[in-house]
Amino acid sequence: MYKFLLCWRYLRTRHIALASVISVTLGVATMIVVNAVMSGFVHEMQDRIHGILSDVVFESHSLDGFADPQWHMEQIERVAGEYIAGMTPTVHVPAMLNFPLPNGQFITKQVNLLGIEEATHAAVSDFSQYLQHPENRRELKFELRESGYDVFDHQGGEDALERVEMRYAGWQHRRAMAEMRAATGPVATQPGFVPPTDNSSFSPNTESDPFHDMPNSPAAEENVFDPARETHPGAILGIALGNYRDRDGQERFLILPGDDVTITYPTAGTPPRVQSFSFTVVDYYESKMSEYDAGFVFVPLKMLQRLRGMLIPGTDVGRVSAIQIKLKDEAHGDLVRDLLRQEFDPAVYQVSTWRDKQGTLLAAVHMETTILNILLFLIICVAGFGILAIFFMIVVEKTRDIGILKSLGAPGSGVMSIFLGYGLSLGCVGSGAGMLLGLLFVAYINEIADLIGVVTGREVFDPSIYYFQKIPTIVEAFTVGWIVTGAIAIAVAASILPARRAARLRPVEALRYE
Amino acid sequence: MNDEATLLQTPRRSGPAFVRHQAQSPTIDGTGHEPQNSTVLSARGLHKSYRKGTHTIPVLRGVDISLRHGEFLAIIGQSGSGKSTLLHLLATLDQPDEGEIHFDGHRIDNLPAAGRDTLRNRYFGMIFQFYHLLPELTTLENVLAPLMIEQSWWKYLWQRRTHEKAARELLELVGLEHRLRHRPRELSGGEMQRAAVARALITRPRVLFADEPTGNLDAATGAGILRLLRTLNRQHGVTIVMVTHDLAVAERADRVVRLVEGKMTSA
Ligand SMILES: Nc1ncnc2c1ncn2[C@@H]1O[C@H](COP(=O)(O)OP(=O)(O)OP(=O)(O)O)[C@@H](O)[C@H]1O
Ligand SMILES: [Mg+2]
Repeated sequence: MYKFLLCWRYLRTRHIALASVISVTLGVATMIVVNAVMSGFVHEMQDRIHGILSDVVFESHSLDGFADPQWHMEQIERVAGEYIAGMTPTVHVPAMLNFPLPNGQFITKQVNLLGIEEATHAAVSDFSQYLQHPENRRELKFELRESGYDVFDHQGGEDALERVEMRYAGWQHRRAMAEMRAATGPVATQPGFVPPTDNSSFSPNTESDPFHDMPNSPAAEENVFDPARETHPGAILGIALGNYRDRDGQERFLILPGDDVTITYPTAGTPPRVQSFSFTVVDYYESKMSEYDAGFVFVPLKMLQRLRGMLIPGTDVGRVSAIQIKLKDEAHGDLVRDLLRQEFDPAVYQVSTWRDKQGTLLAAVHMETTILNILLFLIICVAGFGILAIFFMIVVEKTRDIGILKSLGAPGSGVMSIFLGYGLSLGCVGSGAGMLLGLLFVAYINEIADLIGVVTGREVFDPSIYYFQKIPTIVEAFTVGWIVTGAIAIAVAASILPARRAARLRPVEALRYE
Repeated sequence: MNDEATLLQTPRRSGPAFVRHQAQSPTIDGTGHEPQNSTVLSARGLHKSYRKGTHTIPVLRGVDISLRHGEFLAIIGQSGSGKSTLLHLLATLDQPDEGEIHFDGHRIDNLPAAGRDTLRNRYFGMIFQFYHLLPELTTLENVLAPLMIEQSWWKYLWQRRTHEKAARELLELVGLEHRLRHRPRELSGGEMQRAAVARALITRPRVLFADEPTGNLDAATGAGILRLLRTLNRQHGVTIVMVTHDLAVAERADRVVRLVEGKMTSA
């Protein structure tokens, strides 16, 4: 009984000990915040990566790809069909994107050009969810829409910034631009610049051209291409290729859906040749992974196959670079990968899960989390030494009281448990407060970041640098539990030595102590 | 006084737990049924010296002493003569280098620590010159401390009302009934010493040890404490060993012995 009573009284009267516990509190709070933010980051990032990469990617080592995707898909189905929900072939190739600005300058960017199948691609990844036109999110089409592109970022939540220019995107913009060009004449070009092809330099094999009866196919028209009524083949651009942030943080667009771009790509022949072709931007893709948003251009698969000469003459069957596989259960990724690796010659084919593909990035984040956790735990250990020191002080200060207790017949173990209990309660108070503080911080982290931004005049979390609009957080009860238990254990461990010392004090010496 | 008398004289428990065969013994503290000449505590040939580096300071050099039941014994001696040392040995707070101490006919100086803890807790009461109250506890809680130490917390809580009643009555006996919730630092020296006396009596000890109980008090207050001890001894039959360097104080006792150069001489 006296143990509880004294422990409680010490807790209430020795404020210095509470001070020593503040470092535990801060350590616990920081650890909780760091872990919440880190796992928020990892989770969000995995989501985004997974949004573009399918569960398993079956690809060729060569840019030229492999022939007969249908046969490959059948083989894959045969080997691992029970796990597979859907498959789609894709072609990817590095390319150059080139487009004019209103002031007559041209911008060139390096991109990854992806050919995707409109009908099946949406089934294997969340790709279409990242498009800006609601209709495209429902059903992907490489066609320019009249209007109705999102003005507010549909993933941005309530306080998404307005993208003013997107109001005009679509056919309306295209017609307006055509009128303006007709009024002012052709845009001035930089000296020495060869104007982009108008696709007439491209000489396709007309007989085998699957697009020859499409209205916007250059082969279908002998006369002049009228940009006010026609478009080039559609292309979907990563949003960061076409926008930027002005000094006020407002998103501005260099080009809009409805504008034309020129894409320069290598052909599939040996040696590869370089060709250019005009496309019309029909939508933007925004995954919030800046790496993807600033690097990907999507065009229809058949179109790209035809342009690169990947089609088998006389058919519309062509070579593809990869087959994207969607699994019924994502957890089977490694299993399916291993099955396919056994079946297909690794010298020709490369099979990987989406985790493998982004392995380095995820591993880096993991590494960071681990190192931060180790460092923060060391901080709590340092706090433990603080507790140790202060406890020794308290034991020295309480020497006489310990002597009194012993003269009243309290056993050493009783005296020891007073101080151990004291350490335990301090640990509980410290880490409990730390937990509260940490959870509150996590709950209001974006507001806090904003506040710091206002106070210091510098934005703490700049969405244009990071992948996300807001700081993502995930609080895992398990992690929090471990942190709190660890901190309490350290506080108790730190009180063991002083408590033992107190227990071993000889009553006479303690009583003589004045 | 009648109430207090019964309080102190109620048979409390059977014999010391550390001595099984004595369990049924009728020798209960303060009952007065015991013959006055039966020896409660005795020591033979006690030696104690302190070591300072290579230097040893002999303090006690063969002390013989015996305490009869219901006796009020005073030990006097000059400052530094080893009175406190002797008292600590008798109360098992320390162990002698040589010699034996017997309590109720059982050797206690070589008991293991747990046994000595129990002995101090249940059978001995202690009063010190500097009161030695626990500063974090109230007067009432200080008086209850020995019971809290003796009993497990659930047993203590179970019997809390009885205990608190006993403590209040003792505090009334020493005249502190109006200071129950005060902390020691809010009490005067005399009040603190009276609280210490109440604490020493709460377990109804067989022997009360007092180390210069008046040493830190003015004459009048000291006299009050002595009167209290005297009353406890006379009316409630508490056996007392008191250490002092003041002959006038010692004269209040039944018997006075003198500690000179580490040995006992009768005064
Ligand atoms: N822990 C110790 N180490 C060394 N010497 C000690 C120790 N404790 C006591 N002494 C010495 O033993 C002697 C006796 O001390 P003790 O306290 O018993 O004297 P005392 O008779 O009670 O004196 P006082 O009347 O002043 O209280 C003193 O000389 C003291 O210096
Ligand atoms: Mg002394």
